Amino acid sequence: MSVAGYDLIVIGAGIVGAACADAASADGLRVAIVEPGPVGGGATAAAMGHLVAMDDDPAELALARYSLRQWEAFADLKEAEFSRCGTLWVARGENELASAATRAARLGAAGVEAQLLDAQQLYELEPELAPGMSGGMLVPREAVVYPPRVAQHLVRRAQARGAVLYAGRRVQALRRGGAQLDDGSMLSGPVLVATGCALPALLPQLPMRARKGHLVITDRYPGVIRHQLLELGYADSAHGDADSSVAFNVQPRPTGQILLGSSREFSATDAAVSPAMLRRMLERCFSFVPALRELQAVRAWTGFRPTTPDGRPYLGAVPGSTDQWVAAGHEGLGVTTALGSARLLLDLIRNRQPAIDPAPYSPSRMAA
Amino acid sequence: MTERYDVLVVGAGPAGLAAAGTAAAHGARVGLLDAQPRAGGQVWRHDVRKNAPRAAREAIAALHGVTLLAQHSVIASEDGALRVEIPQGSTLLTYGALVLATGARELLLPFPGWTLPGVSGAGGLQALTKQGWPVAGKRVVVAGSGPLLLAAAATLRAHGAKLVGIHEQASAESVHAFARQLLHWPARATQAALLRAKLAGVPYRFGSVVRQAHGEDALRLVEIDGAHGTSLVDCDLLAVGYGLVPNVELAQLLGCALDHGHPHPHVQVDELLRTSVPAILAAGEACGIGGLAVARIEGAIAGHMAAGHQDDARALLPERDRARRFGALLARHFAPGARVHALATPQTLICRCEDVPLGALDGYADARDAKLATRCGMGACQGRICGTALAELGRFPRGAGRPPLFPARLATLAGLALSSSDASRSST
Ligand SMILES: Cc1cc2nc3c(=O)[nH]c(=O)nc-3n(C[C@H](O)[C@H](O)[C@H](O)COP(=O)(O)OP(=O)(O)OC[C@H]3O[C@@H](n4cnc5c(N)ncnc54)[C@H](O)[C@@H]3O)c2cc1C
Ligand SMILES: Cc1cc2nc3c(=O)[nH]c(=O)nc-3n(C[C@H](O)[C@H](O)[C@H](O)COP(=O)(O)OP(=O)(O)OC[C@H]3O[C@@H](n4cnc5c(N)ncnc54)[C@H](O)[C@@H]3O)c2cc1C
Repeated sequence: MSVAGYDLIVIGAGIVGAACADAASADGLRVAIVEPGPVGGGATAAAMGHLVAMDDDPAELALARYSLRQWEAFADLKEAEFSRCGTLWVARGENELASAATRAARLGAAGVEAQLLDAQQLYELEPELAPGMSGGMLVPREAVVYPPRVAQHLVRRAQARGAVLYAGRRVQALRRGGAQLDDGSMLSGPVLVATGCALPALLPQLPMRARKGHLVITDRYPGVIRHQLLELGYADSAHGDADSSVAFNVQPRPTGQILLGSSREFSATDAAVSPAMLRRMLERCFSFVPALRELQAVRAWTGFRPTTPDGRPYLGAVPGSTDQWVAAGHEGLGVTTALGSARLLLDLIRNRQPAIDPAPYSPSRMAA
Repeated sequence: MTERYDVLVVGAGPAGLAAAGTAAAHGARVGLLDAQPRAGGQVWRHDVRKNAPRAAREAIAALHGVTLLAQHSVIASEDGALRVEIPQGSTLLTYGALVLATGARELLLPFPGWTLPGVSGAGGLQALTKQGWPVAGKRVVVAGSGPLLLAAAATLRAHGAKLVGIHEQASAESVHAFARQLLHWPARATQAALLRAKLAGVPYRFGSVVRQAHGEDALRLVEIDGAHGTSLVDCDLLAVGYGLVPNVELAQLLGCALDHGHPHPHVQVDELLRTSVPAILAAGEACGIGGLAVARIEGAIAGHMAAGHQDDARALLPERDRARRFGALLARHFAPGARVHALATPQTLICRCEDVPLGALDGYADARDAKLATRCGMGACQGRICGTALAELGRFPRGAGRPPLFPARLATLAGLALSSSDASRSST
């Protein structure tokens, strides 16, 4: 039996695997990509596609900033549907406004432009916000994209450089020196596991939980909101460990549609839309933008965020192995941080000095 | 705000009316809901010019003890209850037994020019006309497939339209073979003869297909490929429909199994119209296109079943089987042919919500794949039109929908009983 050999076998073609395959092929490696479903059809297809720097964890901020710079190369790519609407963090109450000041300073120090807004400036930018907001923080250069098509673009670009896509194939098991596919065939070479929530099937030693989220999209209402809007308390929902939480997080799509989020649940395992969760999430949104109530919803759906115990992705060698790599566990930020993750990982694989410190993401932290 | 009925019927067409009336006659507390402002469904849609046919009036008058819930749209299911949008907000309805009588919609197929203003569905234009949309004096071409073309044409003519011609894609042999079979259904034969009489003088062509609609900002003329070659016909309106497809989306949302052994899925039911989900029955077009007679008899069967009277339901089965055979006959003789399937070019828009041309879908093997890459089916209709057309063209089956079933206010999805405007009105 002939065994196909590669310099890198990327397992999973979500936004993370696609970015890794793209970076590896650009580096001259002979790349295989294995994906059982549509490219970008996992968590990547469910995502909001907001490119955003979160600053509450310095490591996360470094990775986001590194990635956001690379996203600029996609600003003119038609498929990316890149729209620089900016992020507007809304403060309710003086405490939140004070936290906005701290955050703006932190972002500024990291080189991300951020402006503090008083209430009047806030309402000038977003007149539909409910009365009583204290102000906010505008991060004007941030953008939104359409993630599945970016993943498809990255895979196609890798294919144009010679990468081979095993479409409709699943990796059954990792084997010494390679991977076995579900049709029994073997691929040989170093592997990079980028299977998101499905990571434990191949690497059970790396804990991963799937964190369910709901989204709703409306019909077209251009101009009702103008920026990606989040409440300043969003980080508490995103990075807290509550079994379930919601946060105000709404986005104007370039089509004029409005995308509404967000919810987080650890114990829900089925993909069905939960009326109770939807209600909690939407009521949160209405409390910030009451006009949303009367808009027509076209569709609601759910997705699962791949979540590690400390919320940071695994980027690096599988503990105890030299030819198995992992890039998974990006939780609610994987679209933002996919490009930087891929560069970081390629530097590690190629034995180069990464541009940012890789230690916080090392999978070996779980072995300790 | 939750209301409970012993028997809840979704759809107030002939099937739903029969189901509700029958169940109520057994003493059940029955709710009959429909998204439309009036009962009657498709065939008995209220006509601003004419009184409803006697059968319709009788069916509605027979609804003793039935609560008629007009302008109630079922948009989602919530833990065994139905979330229903109404003009002033939303409500939640629960039931002991549920009858799905959601009917059918028209099959629209893409061809060059089909998105021009002035082009519509045949049943679609018929419905608009009944609601008072003016067609008097307009030159109309009716085209597509099946007896619905004649019904639509008759309505249009009654409202003053000038019918330029009716173009049936099925071959003359096929239509004549169908007509010979009509002898076994005298009532149908009479109905057909009446329609033809109302359409006296209007050319009715077989093996004739509208290839293309022309016009800059609006329809001006159509190109017709008939038995005797191609011709160009001036007209103001083109009404084109290729038959009907069952509305199965609500059944699917409720977890009922579908029967995929057809070009377009049907709700799967056993002999006594039970779906795969306990306490949920289905009747009429939703279980496969069969027409008015099937709808009425199946509605009655489902009504007996929902009220727990199986023997009464069984007694109607022979009649039902006979009526169903007529539906099978229709499907056999009027199924769209290869010529119709080949009309759209790669440039023809397939998804009207998102402006996706057919050619953009080349190379995609399933609906979800294509949707993620091209947005086909992502719009407000959730692929009801394009997904159904793509299945008919043999590309790939339509993907499963997501809630809400129809676009609905965010407040409804949030389970808010009243819309905010009403809430504020009542609090001031
Ligand atoms: C509701 C929601 C909203 C979000 N919003 C945002 C946002 O606004 N901004 C942001 O940056 N992030 C957002 N995210 C997070 C982001 O979507 C994820 O972090 C990111 O998509 C993860 O990408 P991935 O490639 O690791 O995973 P996935 O996209 O899930 O890809 C994993 C792939 O691996 C494949 N696979 C699985 N098992 C195997 C196997 N054995 N062999 C081969 N292939 C396999 C799967 O088929 C899948 O395609 C959101 C997530 C959700 C759920
Ligand atoms: C456009 C059109 C025109 C037609 N014209 C004729 C004609 O002229 N003559 C003829 O003999 N046949 C006609 N038919 C055929 C018709 O399907 C049958 O004759 C008959 O009406 C079928 O009865 P039914 O009760 O099964 O469904 P329908 O009559 O279709 O009734 C179904 C009802 O369910 C309601 N409904 C569906 N989903 C929901 C929901 N989620 N929430 C609330 N309500 C819902 C709809 O509003 C509708 O009123 C037409 C069909 C169509 C689609």
